[in-house]
Amino acid sequence: MSSHPGLWLIAAAALLAVLRGWPRAAVALIVPLIALGLAWQAEEGRHWSARFLDLEVVPFAVDRLSRLFAIIFSLMAFAGALFALNQERRLELPAAFLYAGSALGVALAGDLLTVFVFWEVMAIGSTLVLWSAATPAAYRASMRYLMVHLFGGMLLFAGVAGHVLETGTTVFEAMQLDTPWQVLILAAFLVNAAAWPLSAWLPDAYPEASWSGMVFLSAFTTKTAVYVLLRGFPGTDLLIYAGLAMVFYGIVYALLENDMRRILAYSIVNQVGFMVTGIGIGTEMALNGAASHAFTHILYKALLLMSAGSVLLVTGKRKCTDLGGLFRTMPLTAACGIIGALAISSFPLTSGFVSKSMISQAAGDEHLFVVWMLLAAATAGVFLHAGIKFPWFVFFQKDSGLRPSEPPWNMRAAMVLVSALCIGLGIFYEPLYRLLPYAVDYEPYTGFHVVAQLQLLLFSGLAFFVMLGWLRRTLTITLDVDWLYRVLFAAIAVRLGDALGRAIGASEAGAAKAWSGVAARARALHGPRGAFGRTWPSGAMGFGVMAMLLAFLLSYYFF
Amino acid sequence: MSDHWLTRPSTIRRLWQILIAVLVLTVLAEFVIEAHPHFAVERIFASYAMYGFVACAALILVAKALGLVLKRRDSYYDE
Repeated sequence: MSSHPGLWLIAAAALLAVLRGWPRAAVALIVPLIALGLAWQAEEGRHWSARFLDLEVVPFAVDRLSRLFAIIFSLMAFAGALFALNQERRLELPAAFLYAGSALGVALAGDLLTVFVFWEVMAIGSTLVLWSAATPAAYRASMRYLMVHLFGGMLLFAGVAGHVLETGTTVFEAMQLDTPWQVLILAAFLVNAAAWPLSAWLPDAYPEASWSGMVFLSAFTTKTAVYVLLRGFPGTDLLIYAGLAMVFYGIVYALLENDMRRILAYSIVNQVGFMVTGIGIGTEMALNGAASHAFTHILYKALLLMSAGSVLLVTGKRKCTDLGGLFRTMPLTAACGIIGALAISSFPLTSGFVSKSMISQAAGDEHLFVVWMLLAAATAGVFLHAGIKFPWFVFFQKDSGLRPSEPPWNMRAAMVLVSALCIGLGIFYEPLYRLLPYAVDYEPYTGFHVVAQLQLLLFSGLAFFVMLGWLRRTLTITLDVDWLYRVLFAAIAVRLGDALGRAIGASEAGAAKAWSGVAARARALHGPRGAFGRTWPSGAMGFGVMAMLLAFLLSYYFF
Repeated sequence: MSDHWLTRPSTIRRLWQILIAVLVLTVLAEFVIEAHPHFAVERIFASYAMYGFVACAALILVAKALGLVLKRRDSYYDE
């Protein structure tokens, strides 16, 4: 019987919640390695299956695609745990393990019900990671984050329920997008992928996490979404446009941003955009590109966020306007940040080069000229907004006067480990290519490709320094789609509430007025001086009785 | 500490010289590299270099224009 690596991490989460000291560190470091080994050796096929509510569920199934994601999720859990060992908030590591374990649960799910269950656990785990930052801003952001993800979960539940009813099967396989249920499922996946216009939750929430929390957050939610899109909707044209929109949205917003970790958050949307575009193109080359880019992106984005997290921990500052010149006293953190920046820019000899270029290659092979041109422009734009902007404003730029020391050993070790992987995968890419879902017939290092890429990137670097004056950081944020639900909808709700309150008040006043009118009239008629309250002479009563008797007699006579 | 060697004007001038030399080299490399392009535009001399520069300049301008409309003080949501 095979062992499920995700459940190991979830079990470890329970242990980490109670352990302290070195046993806690041991569990945090050893269990992800066990999960990594299990994922690596997992044989293809359906390992567990059961019947639940008369439906077939397959909680543990493995193929090449799910194994690739299981491996990188386990590896990331290890690197993140190493980095976060000195995190003082005791909630964060168990929450992160619950989160990582359920991401593995989605990757290894053979049916849609299991996907849904782990999807929701992931939302809870990631919200707990945000909570552990324990600041009021993080709490408010986490509630907005949770609302968006519960909304996405609702879409997924409706879609899965309808899909299962209509097709009679729970199997999770490629869909044609020809029923409304599949549209709902796709929408739910795109919410987690941070596709525009539902992308604002990511740069809103992630930068509020603790210095280590964002390292975990960057890895799992969006990349699980990439995984389910790869499995469920390969070759869906819509995804090309959704992906390109994400790519340019990420660049433009990151260029305007002042918070170093929000720059990197926008850059997550940008990078996931490349993957979503590849999934939309849908050829074997494109899907390999999207899958391998998810793999390499998890590593270099984690590295960038470890570098930024180290700066945040030792300086307590996160705005570019407050930072600068840190290379003097934090050379290792700066060097690792630069390696991550080169990898995200897909410089030759880094991991980004061997993965992202497959997506462009696929666009070229399919003669998608406009898509190909836009991807090239976006590649240049990545170097601009993340590749140079992040290291420049944090570590160079100006002398901020800050002289912080390097972070503790475990954080340095995690950064060096991930840096080695980013460069190692850029040079020895064959092992990665062998793990990809389809056989790879692609050589990244041709003279033409390397020269073309260097021209594209280095001249965008020139553009950065030539136009540096235009990029000066200001104490500003840029309004995003979340403005709609944070300000506009809130204002509408307040107005509606006011209007409703006034309407209720007015109707109450009207009712009171009407009632007092009735009361006054009744008093006028029946009061001591009212017509009916008067003392009547007894003759009047005798007349009344006689009239009644007469009416009785007449009715008796005629009817 | 402002006299760190990386911050000296002479170093910065030297770095600019190196950058420009590398830029020229990557363009000249086209003469010795065999091209195998997908599209005709890739055959234009230094097409990638020009495209990289122009694309980035355009992105910065678009960001600048969007910033005019959408930028707010960073305490905007706190009030």
